[in-house]
Amino acid sequence: MYTQALNTVETADRGLEDAGKAAQFQARIDAEERIEPNDWMPAAYRKTLTRQISQHAHSEIVGMLPEGNWITRAPTLRRKAALLAKVQDECGHGLYLYAAAETLGSSREELVDAMLAGKAKYSSIFNYPTLTWADIGTIGWLVDGAAIMNQIPLCRCSYGPYARAMIRVCKEESFHQRQGYEIMVTLCRGSDEQKAMAQDALNRWWWPVLMMFGPPDATSQHSDTSTKWKIKRFSNDELRQKFVDATVPQAQYLGLTIPDPGMTQDADGHWRYSEIDWTEFKQVLAGNGPCNRDRMAARRKAHDEGAWVREAAASYAAKRAQRQTAQAAE
Amino acid sequence: MATPNTLLWEVFIRSRNGLAHKHVGSLHASDATMALQAARDIYTRRGEGLSIWVVPSTAITASDPAEKGMMFEPAESKIYRHPTFYEVPEEVGHM
Repeated sequence: MYTQALNTVETADRGLEDAGKAAQFQARIDAEERIEPNDWMPAAYRKTLTRQISQHAHSEIVGMLPEGNWITRAPTLRRKAALLAKVQDECGHGLYLYAAAETLGSSREELVDAMLAGKAKYSSIFNYPTLTWADIGTIGWLVDGAAIMNQIPLCRCSYGPYARAMIRVCKEESFHQRQGYEIMVTLCRGSDEQKAMAQDALNRWWWPVLMMFGPPDATSQHSDTSTKWKIKRFSNDELRQKFVDATVPQAQYLGLTIPDPGMTQDADGHWRYSEIDWTEFKQVLAGNGPCNRDRMAARRKAHDEGAWVREAAASYAAKRAQRQTAQAAE
Repeated sequence: MATPNTLLWEVFIRSRNGLAHKHVGSLHASDATMALQAARDIYTRRGEGLSIWVVPSTAITASDPAEKGMMFEPAESKIYRHPTFYEVPEEVGHM
């Protein structure tokens, strides 16, 4: 999901950089060494990672919106406590990631402002609405499931701060997927209406979730540099296939039908899905998904309404610092 | 209007009694009290610690990784600082 940014190509400015340093850098990457903030790195590597990590952070933050929508309407106190904890985790993930992105030289405020201005993107999956409680189960099961597929290889990403943030995120993400699947199991063991609700949510989320892995390998141009730099370790299609293979048996256990009548299982066990409708993906990416405007409006509103808190905290800190200096002078 | 920058803090957590505080990450807060509260919320949601330190990032003086060769060479060439440098007759047994 969160590697959407890697589907864009960075134009390299190699001519301006020291060829010797660039070769040394690549040798370190090839030797599986981790690159740390103060190490020399090509400008394009820095730019690619800043965009990738900050978009990942924005995705975590915007990802709180569709689920936050259901906190007050969770069916039991147990579900409510779990959902609240999950949404808090997403916020924490956003913060670890902003911290990792900042080590590349942009300030948190610049990164957030770029998102609020619509210049930086977030994962398209959050531009879909959560219409019923079953959507919360489906998001945990499929959206977080897909995120885990994507994020586990990122724990070995060549950039140290990003890899370390991903390790923390992955540890917590497993709770998210399990709580989602538990909601689905409960609904599927419930009344006919509850099971129908679960099936409806799966029908709506299945294809957008497959699109989370990004364009098919044949058409995506990013891979070369991101793969060479060991930021991305598996191609979009490889990860998508892994996800489908892991998910089909889980859906079968629930007694739900994957909304893909053309899906078949190969002799080697892989589940082959039908052609994905990429025009929808491009539309959502271009800002025309069902909730793009809502999400941006909600983020801007939260940011604006929090302005007085930031100002108050800053002036309180300034006042205290001033008082301390005055006392020290006495 | 661009948002003004908030101070950066480094967070250290003691995970168990008897262990040292270990660096876990960083965060932004306008003062030490708020940094401590934010560190609690961001880094200890699952009982990761018994004690937290927050340190303004600007208070840290770091060695330059580009000069690590010169910085750490003196330790590398002194193999006689390691116990395996010394030979003890086998008959003496483990020492």
